[in-house]
Amino acid sequence: MRFTKLSIILLVVVALIVPTTFAQVPESGEGLTIGFAQVGSESAWRTAFSEAVIAEAEERGINLLFSDGQQRQENQISAIRSFIAQGVDAIILAPVVETGWDEVLQEAADNEIPVVIVDRNVTADRSLWVTRVSSDFVHEGRLAAAWLAQATAGDCAIVELQGTVGSSAALDRQQGFNEVIALFDNMEIVLTQSGDFTRTGGKEVMESFLNTMDPAEICAVWAHNDDMLIGATQAMEEAGVDPGDDILTISVDAIPDIFLAMSEGKANATVELSPNMGGPAFDAVVAYLNGETLPDWVPVAGGIYFPDTAAEEYERRSGGE
Amino acid sequence: MKSRIFPLIATIVVFILLYMIGWQRFPAFGTTRVVLNILTDKSFLGVAAVGMTFVILSGGIDLSVGSIIAFTSIFCALLIKDVGVHPLGAFAIALALGAAFGGAMGAIIHYLKIPPFIVTLAGMFLARGCAFLLSEASVPIEHPFYSDISGMYYVFEDKGRLTFVATLFVIVLLVGLIIAHFTRFGRNVYALGGDKNSALLLGVPIARTTIGVYMLSSVLATLAGIIYSLYTRSGYPLATVGLELDAITAVVIGGTLLTGGVGYMAGTLVGVLILGVIQTYINFDGGLNSWWTKIVIGALLFVFIALQKVLSSGRPVFKLPSLKR
Repeated sequence: MRFTKLSIILLVVVALIVPTTFAQVPESGEGLTIGFAQVGSESAWRTAFSEAVIAEAEERGINLLFSDGQQRQENQISAIRSFIAQGVDAIILAPVVETGWDEVLQEAADNEIPVVIVDRNVTADRSLWVTRVSSDFVHEGRLAAAWLAQATAGDCAIVELQGTVGSSAALDRQQGFNEVIALFDNMEIVLTQSGDFTRTGGKEVMESFLNTMDPAEICAVWAHNDDMLIGATQAMEEAGVDPGDDILTISVDAIPDIFLAMSEGKANATVELSPNMGGPAFDAVVAYLNGETLPDWVPVAGGIYFPDTAAEEYERRSGGE
Repeated sequence: MKSRIFPLIATIVVFILLYMIGWQRFPAFGTTRVVLNILTDKSFLGVAAVGMTFVILSGGIDLSVGSIIAFTSIFCALLIKDVGVHPLGAFAIALALGAAFGGAMGAIIHYLKIPPFIVTLAGMFLARGCAFLLSEASVPIEHPFYSDISGMYYVFEDKGRLTFVATLFVIVLLVGLIIAHFTRFGRNVYALGGDKNSALLLGVPIARTTIGVYMLSSVLATLAGIIYSLYTRSGYPLATVGLELDAITAVVIGGTLLTGGVGYMAGTLVGVLILGVIQTYINFDGGLNSWWTKIVIGALLFVFIALQKVLSSGRPVFKLPSLKR
């Protein structure tokens, strides 16, 4: 009799313990402690990215430990070691460089702490990280081309301002854009050159384009980022061409200044390089902790913005300056 | 004598206080992990700071160490990856190059009588420029020797890791301590930093000591670069920008007089640990802006320099025994 009593008690205890030990992490990730090793605060986009992650964590009830690496890898490594020493549930790493993470990621793996890579890639072994969350540059190129195809009814002679030669952002945006315009017989890139992602680069290249070609024959300018496009609008204005009207514009990034240009009628559209990577990164952590297998890459796609919302977007993104 | 050792004691007290503040808030400070992590993460800074201690003791300054670390990391990475040299061979070549570089800086400082600030500033730009000339991108090192080294660590019961690079730092520090306090070269460095003219009268070989000091600093900076490459398993031309200033800070917080002649090698270890504790505290907090590290260190540095000033102006630091009575 005693044995049955004991076994009943045991059963009850087991029944109580089992569900709690194997409890699923709530979908929001509420109650988790996650360390986020950010590169630094070197650009407006980076700051927006950090703020988006912090806000997302707060909304979900995640205890986020945020570390600004001040653009130094050694700071990021020591932040990760501190996260491990504290026994966080997961680590999110936005690496400053691709190399040099093997050892510290191995230490995280030895302590069974999953690591999600965001933004830039790492060269470390695939087994050392759960997944990578980053922008889908190809998608950005496709979206830009799709808008232009619609705006011009599939008939447009395009000049292209490429980003830094060989950079993944430039290669992938170009690929996505070209995929879409290939569907239209009358859409064609007539001139293309690298403006190195800078304003001065964009301006110089556009000046040379306007000299080689009759501006009236150019239907649109497609720039791999907003900065080059802003440079190009200056070149057009100096040549007596009305940007946004005589020549359509499309670019990528959605930096505050492009909204200013759009609200002044100098630009037509921008595709956003989304800084909202916190949500997908937290989702990846939760999915991993709940035993799901994850793909190598979780793409994050941004939207497209037009002059109609430009004034308020500028206000919002420039922090009301 | 008392006033000389006082800054060191003050440093140790500050370190213990900071550690206690951390421990009181985060129980993880009570594990070996935190201290061992600091030793690992600050290993290259620490090795560079040992060299910097000699330079500052001699009354000089060396601004080139951060650039030398970056140059060494990329130089070794390329030698191993593209030329196919064994890492140990690459280290030997790098160390020889470092010695020559430091020796040249020391010779220019001594024979051309140009201030060390200017000479090592030029050295800083030169080494950084050469690093970028070798490669603009970071270069991963995938030699089995490197994985073997990263695999060499001792794990304590509470999972603290004593890594190879941390051990190397401690060994370099001990060797530095012996050289500074128990060798003729060490005595010469102190004499040179105390008063150059008296040193000359006492028969200290000024040229040899000056060149030796900068050579030692550059060799240790090169060793720090090797450690950096082991630490990150890569070479990176943008690495450790401004690290020389952290090294100077660690040395000064460690109780060494910026004007030279007074200080203890052990203080430099405590100085490095203080920098590490502040950084760890801010990482553990997770909500504080990481730039607070700089603010706290800046405040500490100011306090220590003020302390040194008070101590050295209140009464002469170098009292001759005969004047005491």
